[in-house]
Amino acid sequence: MTMNRRDFLRVAVSGGALSVAGAPPAEAAREAKPMPPDAVGMLYDSTLCIGCKACVSACREANGLGPVNEANPGWNDGTWDTPLDLSAKTFNVIKAYRHGTMAKKDRKENGFAFVKRHCLHCVDPSCVSACPVSAMQKDPKTGIVSYDPDACIGCRYCVYSCPFNIPRFDYSAAYGKIGKCEFCRHLQVDGKTPACCDVCPTGASLFGRVDDLRAEAKRRLALKPGDVTTFPRGNLSGSRAFGKEGGEQAAKMQSPHDAPAGTYLNGLYGEKELGGTQVHYLSGVPFEKLGLPTDVPDRGYASVSEGIQHTLYKGMIAPVVLLGGLAALAFRATRDSDGEDKK
Amino acid sequence: MADGDFSLDVIERAPGGVSRREFLKFCTGVAATLGLSASAGIKMAQAAISAARPPVIWLSGQECTGCSETLLRSTHPTLEYLILDAISLDYHETLSAPAGHQAEAAKNASIAANEGKFVLVIEGAIPIKDNGIYCKIAGKTMLDHVKETAEKAAAVIAIGSCASWGGVPSTPPNPTGATGAPEVLKDKTVVTIPGCPPNPYNFLATVLQFITFGTLPELDKKGRPKFAYGRLVHENCERRAHFDAGRFALEFGDEGHRQGWCLYKLGCKGPETYANCPTQLFGDAGSASWPVGTGHPCIGCTEKGIVFEKPIHALAELKTVTPPTAYPRVTEPKGEGLSAGAAALTGAAIGALAGGAAVVAAKLGSDEDAEG
Amino acid sequence: MTTHKPVGGRLLTGPFAILLVLVAVMAVILVQRFALGLGAVTNMNDGYPFGIWVVIDMVIGTGFGCGGFALALLVYILNKGEYHPLMRPALLAGLFGYTLGGMSIVVDLGRYLNVYNLFLPWQMQPNSVMFEVALCVMAYIIVLFIEFLPTLLEKTESEGLRNLLKKSMFFFIALGVLLPTMHQSSLGTLLVILGHQVSPLWQTQALPALYLLSAILMGYAVVVFEGILAATTFRRPFEGEILGKLSGVIFWMLLVYLVIRFGDLVMRGALGGLMTDPVNGIMFVIENLLYVVPVLILVIPANRRSPRMLFLAALSLLAAGSVYRIDSYLVGYHPGNGWTYYPSVTEILVTVGIFSLEVVLYLIFVKKLPVLHSRTQA
Repeated sequence: MTMNRRDFLRVAVSGGALSVAGAPPAEAAREAKPMPPDAVGMLYDSTLCIGCKACVSACREANGLGPVNEANPGWNDGTWDTPLDLSAKTFNVIKAYRHGTMAKKDRKENGFAFVKRHCLHCVDPSCVSACPVSAMQKDPKTGIVSYDPDACIGCRYCVYSCPFNIPRFDYSAAYGKIGKCEFCRHLQVDGKTPACCDVCPTGASLFGRVDDLRAEAKRRLALKPGDVTTFPRGNLSGSRAFGKEGGEQAAKMQSPHDAPAGTYLNGLYGEKELGGTQVHYLSGVPFEKLGLPTDVPDRGYASVSEGIQHTLYKGMIAPVVLLGGLAALAFRATRDSDGEDKK
Repeated sequence: MADGDFSLDVIERAPGGVSRREFLKFCTGVAATLGLSASAGIKMAQAAISAARPPVIWLSGQECTGCSETLLRSTHPTLEYLILDAISLDYHETLSAPAGHQAEAAKNASIAANEGKFVLVIEGAIPIKDNGIYCKIAGKTMLDHVKETAEKAAAVIAIGSCASWGGVPSTPPNPTGATGAPEVLKDKTVVTIPGCPPNPYNFLATVLQFITFGTLPELDKKGRPKFAYGRLVHENCERRAHFDAGRFALEFGDEGHRQGWCLYKLGCKGPETYANCPTQLFGDAGSASWPVGTGHPCIGCTEKGIVFEKPIHALAELKTVTPPTAYPRVTEPKGEGLSAGAAALTGAAIGALAGGAAVVAAKLGSDEDAEG
Repeated sequence: MTTHKPVGGRLLTGPFAILLVLVAVMAVILVQRFALGLGAVTNMNDGYPFGIWVVIDMVIGTGFGCGGFALALLVYILNKGEYHPLMRPALLAGLFGYTLGGMSIVVDLGRYLNVYNLFLPWQMQPNSVMFEVALCVMAYIIVLFIEFLPTLLEKTESEGLRNLLKKSMFFFIALGVLLPTMHQSSLGTLLVILGHQVSPLWQTQALPALYLLSAILMGYAVVVFEGILAATTFRRPFEGEILGKLSGVIFWMLLVYLVIRFGDLVMRGALGGLMTDPVNGIMFVIENLLYVVPVLILVIPANRRSPRMLFLAALSLLAAGSVYRIDSYLVGYHPGNGWTYYPSVTEILVTVGIFSLEVVLYLIFVKKLPVLHSRTQA
């Protein structure tokens, strides 16, 4: 069997077409994204949380969301504001881990623990990578992951892709939109603290710069359980979200309180998980019991997905080259078939 | 004695200056405090006016007389009615007419005469360091007074936080070894009515129950009557709805404070303090006449280890939060699963496709056979 | 010159009427959807934001529509002119598969009025796999239409336009191969970002390759399936020789697919996932049995000439591709957090309606336009 130049080219191009789309090398991930320079975040300390849900109602008020009445079999017939989970109209929610007799707080066996769920503002967010129309965006300075309903086409790929199951779509509306925590960015513009942290009575939800929060978390982890220590409340880094200016005065206003340190079972959640998040968790029960995925890689899935796309497309050069080859072959083929037709 | 035996005459004889109507009102009110029926109130009225008024010996140790003061300010009944008609207050340092040796002699006489019948009330802490030399009355230490008197008493009631566990005098470094009555009288049942000051009606209700029925109310582990100390301040607090809704006063005088929001964030100890303040109120001045009602956080004055020890601004540790079952679980079942209709429809669709395919396949087979 | 002819015949037959009823039912449900929202007619939720409207109508529907793409690869790129007679019906099926898939996406979009943002350069987000799929699919629908245009124009007298089309057709054919290559593989890449939420039985970096291969396989299977079905329903002679040869191509590609699929699973040590979740395990076995059946059929050369065996092999392959797509998008997807999903009755009826509409349009076109090849009939 002989192979002329044409045949060779044909096979080469079609082979190329397949290999372009074919298995990319295993290390196709693009580089992980770094923490934004002025990243703001939250530290949620489950051992401090008393389950008062002040954050839930404050969030509703700050974001103009109405009450949600869901029937909770056994104790509520749907008359109270009782969201079972996040939704397009519930940006944060307090949930409880329950086990056995639920006799003691922050205990895995026969205990219970609270967890506050909302957007973790990933360093390398899947939703931002997934959104086809840039409706989800990560602020390059503060790292706040924001949503723009005017751009959103409602494809819900962000809902599908989020590893924390955070963005929610409003299926009950004829023309619904996505709802998620945006760190009260409309309040931060005025130098205010996000509503949930501002109102939290125990400082379980603490707002601040990510590096400050991580230092505070490390401090708590180093304490002996039960030792009385001072817990800041509200905004750790001062009322200005975007810097430390006026921090001291603001810190005075947000009176700290003294309480015994909790028993922190695990390290700090949000440092490494999926490339790191700007919301961090401390708890007395394992994080997976609080619904936080722990068996996850140290890099965001977006870096893998984008890595594959970039490897395949190489900045659209590969498809254009391929198109040229394909066009050449198709040109010859159509000319041939014309000839055949004429016969 | 049956309820019917109670005659109007008895009532006419009753109270010095108190009308019959007011008197009955007081008794049924006290019964209600105890959670008893109105008929029990009438029994109390009878007991209170019976000729042999139960003698009461009131000892005072390290105290500020605040507990006596609070009793003085109760209006139903008034103090004079209580001590002149309801009980026979045979010894009280502040209220007794006699003083010095006379008073001491009267006390000893009463104890001797009423051995096993009188009620002992202790107000104030008892210093036990250095054999109790830091508090002496009539040349004898308070410690000895308490021990000797309690031995002969029918019942012992410790009024106020100092008598209950040591109170203010016992705060560290506690140089006098101030101690509560239950600690000193370990082998006796001591009813404690803690509070700084305690609610007089909790005391009166306990005393009148004893006078009437000869029994003491049900007590908790710390010797406190359960009818008064069975529930947290937080549980019946009039501001509780604000706690549940997350509306907190953040500082004194701010918008939330003026709106009457929850004082938890200002250090209110209601969530860890057992007392009936929100329901019983203070000072007979009408609604909201209790600390939280007036806008001050509860300081936990009935709880050892909280009042005088925890800073007033420090946050309470929630004794009972809303039960964990009242929160959504971390994983709540959500979404619609397989419905019967959807299952049927899926089956029908797959069946139709498979059926159609089978028909075609069969037809193709027969064609093949025909050709073959 | 031309060897394509309309089939002709009565349009309104019994089965056709049933299909029309199903389309009408869909229309009613869609009115409800636009008036009351997605939640009113679907069971989609925040755990399963992609329901069957995406997975079956779009992901599987365009898989079925890959006949034109797969054949173009053979006919024009590999210059196997002998498959040319199959081209027109395949293009037609592709046109409907893609157009209706695209339509169902518009129905599924929560904020459909904002779709124009996809074309605003400052809103485009090229890192998004969804963006690439959306633009490629839209472009491909246009390309398919242009590729099909000669069929429509045959009846007209616009000689100039026909010539222009003929001269430029090579470019559209090239595009018609490139675009599906891109977005069919991207339908696989779309799942990579879901990470641990997709079971390791399906979550792999080989997803783009597997999706592309399975799309081409589905495309060929559709061509075979359709050829046989057209032959029986319209009582036309069976294109046995061409379909037999095509099945040889299918056989080898299928082997390549299975080698990649299982090689990847073994290399990642992911087969243990079979045991952890029984539903996943069962669906995985069904999916791959459906892939193995055509291998077993086509390995015997005699079967490649038997219409019945070819039909069964094609059918099995189409089912395999469909189950693979459902598995990776829905069955193997575990959002956790207590979510469950099964399509509602109205949701299923819309999907049924979409496919009914596809068949209705196909029947109209085939009966009224010169789509089917009539060489042997002439």
